[in-house]
Amino acid sequence: MEISLNTPAATLAEIGTIVDKAHVELHKCYQCGKCTAGCPMADSMDITPREVIRHLQLGLLAEVLRCEAVWVCASCHTCSARCPNEVDVAHLMEVLRQEAKKRNITPVPDVDKFARIFISNIRSFGKSHEVVLCASYNVWSGHLFQDVMTFPHLVMNKLVFFKPHVVKDKTAVRRIMDKALKGADKA
Amino acid sequence: MKYSYFPGCAMKGAGKAYDFSIKYVTKKIGMELLEIDDWNCCGATAAHSTSADLALGLNARTLALAEAQYPDLEIAVPCAACYSALRSALFSARSSKEKLAKIQDLIEMPYEGKNEVISFLETFSRPDAMKAITENVVKPLGGLKVACYYGCLTSRPAKIAGPDDVENPMQMDDIVALTGAISVDWAFKTECCGGAHHVSYQKGAVPLVDRILRNAQANGAEAIATACPLCCLNLDMRQGELNKKNGTDYNIPIYYFTELLAMSMGATPKEVGVEKHFFPALSLMEKYLVKGGSAV
Repeated sequence: MEISLNTPAATLAEIGTIVDKAHVELHKCYQCGKCTAGCPMADSMDITPREVIRHLQLGLLAEVLRCEAVWVCASCHTCSARCPNEVDVAHLMEVLRQEAKKRNITPVPDVDKFARIFISNIRSFGKSHEVVLCASYNVWSGHLFQDVMTFPHLVMNKLVFFKPHVVKDKTAVRRIMDKALKGADKA
Repeated sequence: MKYSYFPGCAMKGAGKAYDFSIKYVTKKIGMELLEIDDWNCCGATAAHSTSADLALGLNARTLALAEAQYPDLEIAVPCAACYSALRSALFSARSSKEKLAKIQDLIEMPYEGKNEVISFLETFSRPDAMKAITENVVKPLGGLKVACYYGCLTSRPAKIAGPDDVENPMQMDDIVALTGAISVDWAFKTECCGGAHHVSYQKGAVPLVDRILRNAQANGAEAIATACPLCCLNLDMRQGELNKKNGTDYNIPIYYFTELLAMSMGATPKEVGVEKHFFPALSLMEKYLVKGGSAV
């Protein structure tokens, strides 16, 4: 892939806004790689957490917004805990995920679908309902039979409930969700 | 010992054994839990991945309800993800007057960020609770080798979770030791189990459980104790699958640390749901309860 480091000022400004939101100072990262060494998901990533930062240092925002790594990140915060120079890599990954989503870029669609279903679940019940959640995910993602073998065990041991527990004040929860999501991507 | 209680969604479903055992232990040691009326879901990873305000709003509503209903009580939370989400909202509320005003406006409720949010590792670590637990152990799990698994969100981010040690927390080890079990030294205490990726990104998540089990086995653990319904479910559900698929010979039942407490206090396995785990967890308990000098 040919890359150009001739980053337009507008892109640099965009990167500035994103890292500010994550309270990250890009120049603080000296590329030691400790974040990546401790990252449990690094094996599955297309670029490593260290490389995500490096791309941003070089002004390569588009590449970062379409990489899989920010979606493969499991938000375990090991990277941030171990950074010797207080770069909150996990927070940056999260802001990048939100920014990519705003631009409708979802390179690992299943992760995004699951989040959307989870949120619509809360909108419906105010609480999370495991059966509805996993059933809708399997249908929507096309992984129809994922983990179905666990279902008999869950039913036999009464670990699932079919009648959802619902908050009394559903209107209040929905109003808060709508207000919070105004401007952000509506789930 | 009195707390307001945020059970969280999982406690009514897959985390039932956690719920049952917490209720059993708290009743035994005289710890009172008052459930927050009309609490809502914390939003978990989905909410904070989507929008910071969404996570903030959902959790601030619950915190405001707790503040109104039980103004003098700390809020005790069993699930690590709920604990982290609620504490993040609390820290935001306490970070500045402007932020607090923004939160009040978002939830349209009075809220001042007064009540502390704590985990059950904390409630049971306090001296009066530890004393009461010790007094109530009647069937010690003498010699059971347990790997205490903390996972991510009870220890990270450190400023939110406030662990005693970010890489080597000891609260659960100290609590579990009260039952007569021996906590083993191992390297994967705070490694991630994969969390919600076990639904949405399985191919990347399952190897994480494999590595955790491998390290526990290598360090001689006979059981793993957890403090989170999702950690417990992931380790528990995948163990048999991994054995079948990869030919591994893991034989490490997964418990909630509160199940171990309850069993040592004389609960029958059924009372606390020990038989509900995916990976058979009953026979190891029976073996140790007999070893400890008292049949089940």
